[in-house]
Amino acid sequence: MLKYFSTNQLYLGLEQALIAAMAAMLVVLLARKRGIHLESETLIAMVRGLIQIVAVGSILLLLLRGPRWTSGFLLAGMIVAAGATSARRAKGIPDAFRVSACSIAFGAGSVIALMTWLGVIDTAVTALVPVGSMLIANSMNTNGLALNRFRADVLAHVGEIETALALGAEAKNSVSPYVQAAFEASLIPAIDSLRSLGIVWIPGLMAGMLLSGARPVYAAIYQFVVLAMIFAASGLTSLVSTLLIRDRIFTAAQQLSLQPGR
Amino acid sequence: MTPPPTSDPILRTEHLGRVVQEKVLVEDATFEVRTGEVLAIVGPSGSGKSSLLRLLNRLDEPTSGTVYVEKTDYRQIAPTDLRRKLGMVNQRPYLFPGTVEQNLQFGPAQRGESLAQNSIEQLLARVGLKGYAGRNIANLSGGEAQRVSVARTLANSPLVLLLDEPTSALDETSKLEVESTIQKIVRDQELTCVLVTHDTAQAARLAGRALILEAGRIARLGPTNEVLHA
Repeated sequence: MLKYFSTNQLYLGLEQALIAAMAAMLVVLLARKRGIHLESETLIAMVRGLIQIVAVGSILLLLLRGPRWTSGFLLAGMIVAAGATSARRAKGIPDAFRVSACSIAFGAGSVIALMTWLGVIDTAVTALVPVGSMLIANSMNTNGLALNRFRADVLAHVGEIETALALGAEAKNSVSPYVQAAFEASLIPAIDSLRSLGIVWIPGLMAGMLLSGARPVYAAIYQFVVLAMIFAASGLTSLVSTLLIRDRIFTAAQQLSLQPGR
Repeated sequence: MTPPPTSDPILRTEHLGRVVQEKVLVEDATFEVRTGEVLAIVGPSGSGKSSLLRLLNRLDEPTSGTVYVEKTDYRQIAPTDLRRKLGMVNQRPYLFPGTVEQNLQFGPAQRGESLAQNSIEQLLARVGLKGYAGRNIANLSGGEAQRVSVARTLANSPLVLLLDEPTSALDETSKLEVESTIQKIVRDQELTCVLVTHDTAQAARLAGRALILEAGRIARLGPTNEVLHA
């Protein structure tokens, strides 16, 4: 319907964004009726997200004409931003930013490097940056989920953890069930994405490849490739972050420092 | 209740204290626990009893002073070894999912050991739960769970048993069961115990000496009858 009112593509995009944002705010209002207040957080996140994606789109436009090595800087910047974003899910845990950034750098970074070296990801800026950003963004989500679950589990099981410590358990052993639960829970979205590929959703990358003239079968296979890489990057990120964060909730004398109200 | 022994101290605190965010939890606590005695730490809620007990097995770090275990500063002992020596039983049993036997095996398994079947039966017999090894912990009553928790701590062969209000979350019948279990263990094995309780009658029944804590400071310390009736 909007096409009848807007012939300019930029205006059309802004109108589409406004309508989509209104749909999101409608959900926020419904949540508010149930006493869940997400108004300011959602509004800020949407405005931020729109500005950021437009800014990155503009930078990408410049990078497409630049040398290939510039994509490395862009991906590194994304990793730092991803670390800062998912660290917010680990309130009260020391070094959460460093843990998140290192985990995402290791998880997403190693998969991007290996796959680029093997030729699975093209080294062209137009391929490396969008595919790399998908791996980083999904690793960020997985990392946030893992940290959030681990933190919540530890706070809910302080008694059990301290009982294990009091029985002579090493700190790492006292939280091992919660490390495992956090790792498993964080990978649920990545596993479900793989499982439902093509049935529940046809991801944007495949649609984009089809629009740009790729053969449908290759576009479909490459979509699987991307999701498998996302799973590998997310899994590695979660594995590293849960192990790194595990040691940070204890003091040198193996005392649990993450406690409710502390 | 047995009279306080006159043997050497197995545990000695020296100006022990803990302050968290300018709040004094324990202040300048100096006392000793002699081998084979039961020392009760008594005081109203919020007086710092549990905080003091947590300092004894270093679940919390003192902000001043230290503890000597058999004349060794406990900061020189690895925390895992220290906590095996000073076994702790909490107000709530916090049993791990699985069977009673799996719970009893937990402590020894941490140092790569395994309890033999007859050792498990002996431990369970000591807490009055003979034949309970294969039971799932989900099917235990509150009193049974607390007695399993005592047996689980004893499985580490501790030098000192630290009991943090072990009966306060139980009904009257279970409370008496657990109390008589503790009494039996202490009497039969001459096990050294530090018992935190707000129940002065329980302190009088179980302990030879008592320490009264008020706002984190030791107000009185001595033979239970004298201290409680002062």
